[in-house]
Amino acid sequence: MALNQDYLGKVYPASEPYQVGREKIREFAIAIGDLNPAFHDVAAAQALGHRDVIAPPTFAFVVSMRASAVAMFDPGLGLDYSRVVHGEQRFAYVRPVTAGDDLVVVTTIENIRVAAGNDILTTRADISTVDGEPVVTTWAVTVARGTAEASA
Amino acid sequence: MTASVAWADVEVGTVLPPLTVTLQRVNLVMYAGASGDFNPIHWNQRFAQAVGLPDVIAHGMLTMASAGRVVTDWVGDPGAVVEYGVRFTRPVVVPDDDHGATVDLTATVAEKRDDHLVRVDITARFDGATVLGKAQALVRLA
Repeated sequence: MALNQDYLGKVYPASEPYQVGREKIREFAIAIGDLNPAFHDVAAAQALGHRDVIAPPTFAFVVSMRASAVAMFDPGLGLDYSRVVHGEQRFAYVRPVTAGDDLVVVTTIENIRVAAGNDILTTRADISTVDGEPVVTTWAVTVARGTAEASA
Repeated sequence: MTASVAWADVEVGTVLPPLTVTLQRVNLVMYAGASGDFNPIHWNQRFAQAVGLPDVIAHGMLTMASAGRVVTDWVGDPGAVVEYGVRFTRPVVVPDDDHGATVDLTATVAEKRDDHLVRVDITARFDGATVLGKAQALVRLA
């Protein structure tokens, strides 16, 4: 089954809020082996000008992945999740994700294409606070290996 | 944001301090829990091999996070990273032993832009080959 081209440009409704926790940030930083005080120590983060501890630059994927599952597992989209690999990932920040943020995600199917028999999906996640303050935009390219229909 | 490196003090070609990380199975378990990504290719050898992989592989996002540490260690304030992107070109295979996978990370200032921004290009090498493509960060320096 191949990706449904009708889904190109589809925008999903905003996700339920994700509450960014201080302890989750600390856990994530430890898991990536990073002891930078900005991720662990509130006073150190505030000395750098942040409101609370900030998350490492890739943490936003935790937020976007959870929200974008609605798109990835949309049966109408036709993505074979058993064959996916993560192809590319990008983040563009307005400001760091910070402990205490209440974030909502709007997911857009930005691109659908086929290359070498693979279905390639680009999903964009626009992440803002519940009050509408933009925080970060993420782009994920997902490759489903060998699932594309044979080209004419 | 309060970078500890000044834009005026770097030039194209400035080399960031390198970093070597060792990823063992326990690190993949911790990252799965911290990230919510429980894809079995990252912890289940039987499953990984059944889908054609040589063994369990690290989450691409864990490799991306590791590579990002070169930049955040250098700039001091991780909030100075305004953009970061990578392509995942090869997997990092993590055997079930006491040695794990060694990933060597290096980075260089590749471009100076207006507004105190610099582009940093990062290289991640595992088992004699690069595992990330076009790994680039945009950083706002002091």
